[in-house]
Amino acid sequence: MKRRDFFKSAGLVGLASVFGREVFASVNSAESMLVQSSPDLVAIMGGEPEVMLIRALKELGGIQQFVKKGQKVVIKPNIGWDRTPELAANTNPELIAALIKQCKSAGAKEVLVFDHTCNNWQKCYQNSGIEKAVIAAGGRMVPGNDESMYREVDLPKGVNLKKTKIHEAILDCDVWFNVPILKHHGGAKMSITMKNLMGIVWDRQFFHGHDLHQCIADIATYPKRPALNFVDAYRILKSNGPQGKSEADAVILKSLLVSRDYVAVDTAAIKMFSQVKPTDLKDVRYIELAEQLKVGTQDIDKLNVKKVKL
Amino acid sequence: MKHLKLIRRIAASLFFVPILLSFLDFTGKLPEQLHVLIHLQWMPSLLTLSFGSLLFLVLLSLVLGRLYCSVICPLGVMQDIASWKSTWFPTRKRKRYSYAKPRNFLRYSILTLTVITFFSGSSLLVMILDPYSIFGRLTTQLFRPLVIAANNLLVVPLSHIGIYSLYKVEQLPFVPLMFTISIIFFIAVAVMSWFWGRMYCNTICPVGTFLGIFSKFSLFKIEIEQSSCTQCSACETKCKSQCIDSQAMTVDDSRCVSCFNCLSVCKKGGVKYAFRYAKNQVNKKTVAFSEKTDLHKRTFLMTSGAVLVGAVTAKTRVIQGAQDSYLTRKPIMPPGAFDAAHFHQHCTGCQLCVAKCPMQVLKPAALQYGWLGIMQPHLAFSTHVYCNYECTVCTDICPTAALKPLTVTQKKVAQIGVAKFRKNICIVFSENKDCGACSEHCPTQAVHMIPFQNGLTIPEVTEDLCIGCGGCESICPVTPRQAIYVEGLGVQAVAKKPSEAKKFEKKIEDFGF
Repeated sequence: MKRRDFFKSAGLVGLASVFGREVFASVNSAESMLVQSSPDLVAIMGGEPEVMLIRALKELGGIQQFVKKGQKVVIKPNIGWDRTPELAANTNPELIAALIKQCKSAGAKEVLVFDHTCNNWQKCYQNSGIEKAVIAAGGRMVPGNDESMYREVDLPKGVNLKKTKIHEAILDCDVWFNVPILKHHGGAKMSITMKNLMGIVWDRQFFHGHDLHQCIADIATYPKRPALNFVDAYRILKSNGPQGKSEADAVILKSLLVSRDYVAVDTAAIKMFSQVKPTDLKDVRYIELAEQLKVGTQDIDKLNVKKVKL
Repeated sequence: MKHLKLIRRIAASLFFVPILLSFLDFTGKLPEQLHVLIHLQWMPSLLTLSFGSLLFLVLLSLVLGRLYCSVICPLGVMQDIASWKSTWFPTRKRKRYSYAKPRNFLRYSILTLTVITFFSGSSLLVMILDPYSIFGRLTTQLFRPLVIAANNLLVVPLSHIGIYSLYKVEQLPFVPLMFTISIIFFIAVAVMSWFWGRMYCNTICPVGTFLGIFSKFSLFKIEIEQSSCTQCSACETKCKSQCIDSQAMTVDDSRCVSCFNCLSVCKKGGVKYAFRYAKNQVNKKTVAFSEKTDLHKRTFLMTSGAVLVGAVTAKTRVIQGAQDSYLTRKPIMPPGAFDAAHFHQHCTGCQLCVAKCPMQVLKPAALQYGWLGIMQPHLAFSTHVYCNYECTVCTDICPTAALKPLTVTQKKVAQIGVAKFRKNICIVFSENKDCGACSEHCPTQAVHMIPFQNGLTIPEVTEDLCIGCGGCESICPVTPRQAIYVEGLGVQAVAKKPSEAKKFEKKIEDFGF
């Protein structure tokens, strides 16, 4: 969509809300309708990471909807493991690079990328290919290994996790994106958007010691939510997660799911994953626990879902 | 002749600076190749039986004298730098040395004792006295923490203004015994070099004493030209080896470290670095001198040797027998150690692997291996600290072959220990809660989750797949004793290669929702 078109339709929407929609219904083109009812969940299949990302953003009204000029943006991929991209343990570096370029094109002042990794952070940043891709795309890597970079926040809606230390990059940014990869997970059953939030906190061991599923649901109540969650399903990890043992654990789906709703996008991702390896939504307990905390909805049939095959 | 000192200094820096940096570098960005200079150190060459470097070092001593001690040995160079810069202290003028008699009894008995204990299976004396290893310990235990502290002080203010090029680095784990030994050696070497120059090198250091046997016959040597000598003792006061007797106009070649400091101070140009076997009067005197000392040495060697063999071997056995009572579990040797006997005999406790381990899982042992294994590295797991699956740094750099080189493929199946599961304290069992952190961190899936009750899954260990990396133990939330921990092995084994998952071949066309 062109910027001019956007203003035009935005203006119309504004007027419509004042004078009643039916008055203007006749002048609305199909394209400007899109802005009025931006989808809750976008699913793209069949392209390269960058192509799918651009298409998904187009469906959502463009990156300008989310990133404004001069803003400080943070991207939080999954870089948890000292693994190469083929093993599907970390987010696809091409997707991260494409998102950085988009943010830059919207005028972002800076784009920071970090993860509180499980393996040695320098090796993870390096061998995941993400550090190289980020620097090439004009972003910056921030270490996540240093407790002094984390500050405590309260989680009043949390059940077991009442407060936790979160990385200052997230706390201090204007807008952030959560970009996990779709993975099988030995402990949490599935690792998608909410599980990826364990990489913004310092003390993960608390999670394991105090009912992992409840703590994952609790951290999802953190009010500063990502502007969008991008689930990288270009290459998913079907077994032996979260690290994977060999390339045989990875399956290429060439897909991307995007939503602001953690629960909805995780639900959709599990359903997609189930086609490769049947997984009962109920076993991934944090989905239901998060819904109970009003983090989002599992009922994706009631949402405005846009599916695109390229 | 005067430029010889300058050349020596330049050559010494070429060895010293890279070796120092390879112990201080905490970023891992320094090229690994730098440690080849360490492989030229005497004890590492001897322990790895690198005949090339041994031959080079012996020939060097036979031709030029104990240049090793002035150029290649980092502990020697460190002492030189300290005494050179000691004039920075206002109370101290340039040190004036005077001739001292060689302490032959002491130095040859230390050398003999070291050799004997080594061949009776203990590297304890080698480990304690080897100058390169002492340097490694002083650097990693005393200087490196200062460098890291300085870095960490800068990190916080810089990160608050958005500069992330520096990052916080964890200090190496503090081991009191190790630190105490390092402090004692630091003070001992400092005091000795402050008052008596190269006393450590000429009295205690077994490498120095050994090379002295060759330098006695070196082709080139320092000599005093009797015709020009006025016995002014200018050279003597400059000699940090205290081996120039200006009154007798002799130089004790077994203690001379070929530093060439004496050459430039003689106003008459009477001190020369010259060919030993040229026909002139002066040489006869020094040769006679060394023959006299040789005699002492021989008697000593014969008597002390015989006595010590029995005593030391007997003692070694007693200590080894008592070893087990110290342990709550078997210590874990680094990958590439293979066999405890080989490892303990070859490791000189230089701490290079400890300094270089990117995971900081290697820690100098206190009494985990018993008294004979103090300062040798073992693995100590803690939160996020375990042995990285694809990392071979310690085996690549070990200069003494205590750790044999492993390829990444070999490392991935090098079993250094075996995980043991204590089911009754596992969270899944005791609290009926999902966890699986151990399996999550297991690179080989030797630790995997099997169905338990109420839809929960509980860990199970397949021991022959386990490599003992400690990923599981490092993340287990049960404290203080983890529900899963690694038991070390006396003889390391090769684990089974993990089987690959079944490949998913079908093509997915639908979104599934």
